[in-house]
Amino acid sequence: MTTEPIIETKPKRRVKNFALLSNRAGAMFLTPAGLLVSVFVIVPFFWVIFVSFTNRTLLGSTALNPEFVGLANYFALFDGSNFFQRGQFGFSLILTTQFVLASALLGQALLGLLLAWLIQTVPPAVKRLTETFVIAAWILPEVVIGFAWFAFLDRDQGTLNALLGTVGLPPGDFLLQQPFWVIVVFNTWRGAAFSMMLFSSAFSSIPPSYFQAADVAGASSWQKFKDIGLPLIRGHIVTDLILITMWTFNTFTPFLLTNGGPSYRTELVSIYNYRVAFNDFQFGKGAAVGVIMMLINLAFALIYLSIGRKKKVR
Amino acid sequence: MKLTLPAFIGRIAFSALAALIGAAFALPLLWFLFAPFNARAELGLAIPDPWTLSNFVTVFGNSFAVQALWNSLIQSVGGVILVGAAATLAAYALSRSSLPGKGAVTYILLLFSSVVSGSAAMVPIFLIVSAAGLIDTHLAVILTFAGGLLPTAMFILRDFIDSIPKSYEESAMVAGASPVQAFFDVALPVIRPGIVVVVVWGFVNIWGSFLIPFILLRSDDQMPASVAIYSFYSEAGTPIVTLLAAYSLIYSLPVIALYLFVSWKFGFRFFGGIKA
Amino acid sequence: MASVEFSNVTKIFGNFNAVSDVSFSIGDGEFVCLLGPSGCGKTTSLRMIAGLETPTSGKLLIGGEDVTHYHPKDRQISMVFQDYALYPHMNLADNIAYPLKVRGKSVTERHGRAKEVADVLKIGHLLDRLPSQISGGQQQRTSLARALVYPSQVYLFDEPLSNLDAKLRLEARGFLNHLQRDMGMTAVYVTHDQAEAMALATRIAVMDQGKIVQYASPIEIYRRPATTFVANFVGNPPMNLVPVEAVQGDGQLRPSADGLVLGGLAMSSGIGTALGAGKTLTLGIRPEHLSIAEPGAANTIAGKLFANENMGPESLVTIERPDGSRVTARIFTDDHIALDQAVKLSFSSEHVHLFDGAGNRIPADGETPI
Ligand SMILES: Nc1ncnc2c1ncn2[C@@H]1O[C@H](COP(=O)(O)OP(=O)(O)OP(=O)(O)O)[C@@H](O)[C@H]1O
Ligand SMILES: [Mg+2]
Repeated sequence: MTTEPIIETKPKRRVKNFALLSNRAGAMFLTPAGLLVSVFVIVPFFWVIFVSFTNRTLLGSTALNPEFVGLANYFALFDGSNFFQRGQFGFSLILTTQFVLASALLGQALLGLLLAWLIQTVPPAVKRLTETFVIAAWILPEVVIGFAWFAFLDRDQGTLNALLGTVGLPPGDFLLQQPFWVIVVFNTWRGAAFSMMLFSSAFSSIPPSYFQAADVAGASSWQKFKDIGLPLIRGHIVTDLILITMWTFNTFTPFLLTNGGPSYRTELVSIYNYRVAFNDFQFGKGAAVGVIMMLINLAFALIYLSIGRKKKVR
Repeated sequence: MKLTLPAFIGRIAFSALAALIGAAFALPLLWFLFAPFNARAELGLAIPDPWTLSNFVTVFGNSFAVQALWNSLIQSVGGVILVGAAATLAAYALSRSSLPGKGAVTYILLLFSSVVSGSAAMVPIFLIVSAAGLIDTHLAVILTFAGGLLPTAMFILRDFIDSIPKSYEESAMVAGASPVQAFFDVALPVIRPGIVVVVVWGFVNIWGSFLIPFILLRSDDQMPASVAIYSFYSEAGTPIVTLLAAYSLIYSLPVIALYLFVSWKFGFRFFGGIKA
Repeated sequence: MASVEFSNVTKIFGNFNAVSDVSFSIGDGEFVCLLGPSGCGKTTSLRMIAGLETPTSGKLLIGGEDVTHYHPKDRQISMVFQDYALYPHMNLADNIAYPLKVRGKSVTERHGRAKEVADVLKIGHLLDRLPSQISGGQQQRTSLARALVYPSQVYLFDEPLSNLDAKLRLEARGFLNHLQRDMGMTAVYVTHDQAEAMALATRIAVMDQGKIVQYASPIEIYRRPATTFVANFVGNPPMNLVPVEAVQGDGQLRPSADGLVLGGLAMSSGIGTALGAGKTLTLGIRPEHLSIAEPGAANTIAGKLFANENMGPESLVTIERPDGSRVTARIFTDDHIALDQAVKLSFSSEHVHLFDGAGNRIPADGETPI
């Protein structure tokens, strides 16, 4: 092979310290994302703190010239005389805690774990069918889900009451009678897919030889679950619990089913925040609710990230 | 392998239990399989007689409904273009440049993005958008979602780019390519699957969102389909069930299609981890 | 083609010295192998020539021009990567022609030239395949073709054959050797396979812990390893090293160790200096210079038979000495030799290498580089 002599005299680019992307270009590449995130994530974080110390409203004189009111909004939220009454912040906070415990930690996580274990062992056809519906509940847009449940629970025609009728049970108007349990079941149904997928990918990352060894030793399915499956996915369980707790704590979806009612009985903090800010137009007070929600989120996020970091180091 | 009788019964019991749970999950959705094709649909479960597409004709004759779908599309596509482009650039910089402090930036972004949820920050988001004079515009929704989805999108993409050998760009540069050429000729095509995932994820998130457009938009001609559906069944005394059924189905189709696309292309687990 | 020169080059990652104060030059048309164990800084040195790492201090010259701070694209070099770095979205033709594309050549010229090079490398019939659709050996040749498609001052190789199986590797090695003779390319080739280095290099730079221990022709490195490290790294199996106590008598050196019988070695000024520093020296003998001792052999080393491996044209006989150290001999015979428990190996004193207490070679008087 022959090669022509090299005559190249174009100007040479000089670099102080070579990197695939120079620091200047790197900074330019980061700018658009940096601006968007700053304005819509970081600024709101600080702004909400600021607004929570004012009596800002949507309309009226305090809309344009809000006054500084110190901790008044927080005192209003934590007013001992009516803290636990329906429609007050304390009621919402306790309701949300119960909601998270029942629908996320018990409902979603346990059901997800059960499903993940079941679909490991059942025939592929059953597995696919079950997965399809569980995941459909999770990926469909929230308003569609809200409306589907609205129809499902309808007092006179709903599928649920029709079904109860066929087995001889009396119909009920569940949205009125048991609104809290309705949103608990609703949220469990809506979100179990995530836990199922997380756990089933965790289970499938366990080498099959572990289970085969147990089979040879004559272990039952329950023993395999308890002695091999569960201990090996402990890390995933912690991750799952933190994530679904955060999501359930912040969810607004039950609003689409109950509007927070009847008479505030399903008013989660997110819905309470919406009502205070956008029905009562008390932005200052709404901002204070936002700050408290963010503090709670922060606690969970720090736990989550510190676990993630430990994993990386290991 | 031969099964003993108890093991065989155990298998059957497992399958029955799985099928039962599957059925319980299917129940609230069953209605959607029939009502859209039933010209006389009500809230009760009924087999259409006859099966018809007339409900869909009604939807496409309803200018408000059509406009709302169109608005959803504008907001989702707009948001996704912003998220896709900004996240790709930023993730590339986080992975390939040696900027000081980029690890800390990623950590802080991740922290903020999980702390500042839409339902916690609705007040300041509304105030910022009003201050910018963007209330009741598509841009308000687009920008808000771009900002909110970006940290996670950047994080997913950065991990993806980190897993791609640097020798692709290095070999291009040694062969004479400028950094810009190496980025467009070599890096971008290799990163594309990651971008597709982020874009699909972003699209599904914006398309399905309710709270943010509900707060930031007022007039009918800006409403996305999610808010339209909500107002169809919450405001009017008795909802027009036929229209709603068909409309909800149409509105769900892109999400279902994208889900199928992603699970066909990347396997079903992948989608699992990334819905925020 | 051009020369390459390292002048006091140091590369520090964080607080780790990957390359420390290295100076050496590679002549125009030379094929230099960087040889050394994992982590010794070979790849880092190569990447500094390419411009993919910037030296922490020192200067790098290509063709006499200081390129220390030039961007890789402006160095007019070619590089073959260990993982080949073929672009998965381009077919072979576009992969091979990519360097021409960034040089603004027309499509016809690009593809014509790619075809030419590909034909030489016997992949001309695969040009419209994607990299994922060809074998590992073909991928390797594609990456070589991409490096050869444009005129270059220096060709850089980072363990280009390490992902091939043994047979393909030999074949590719032969081809590279032929190419070097044909083109007279200046090449820097990183490997930790000493046989590859011996076969290809005009000179070998043996590296250890970020430093160059010896930089010489393959034959010199084989015959006169500068240190026990080099002696131990080059050769297959490596040189046997036996610590000895050295005593001087009647103008001769008499090394002694358990089981070693060695008549005197001629004294030299080097030995004198070494003995000034300590009485413990290291004696080196290559396995191919040992044989089963005939009765009455002058120089022998004895031990218990440890292993006797028949390799076809040769046998590897390993004995264990009283202190537990082992000595291996390469015995050239087609037959499997039967051996007793006690084995004596003999050697001629001209094949003895001596290293001082610090492991540096003690040169014979009048020893000049080959
Ligand atoms: N970017 C980097 N950051 C930190 N340390 C590095 C970096 N690149 C290389 N090193 C370290 O520098 C040392 C030399 O690395 P180098 O890749 O040059 O070794 P090598 O001789 O090519 O080894 P091998 O035969 O394993 O490829 C190694 O210890 C390595 O860990
Ligand atoms: Mg290396």
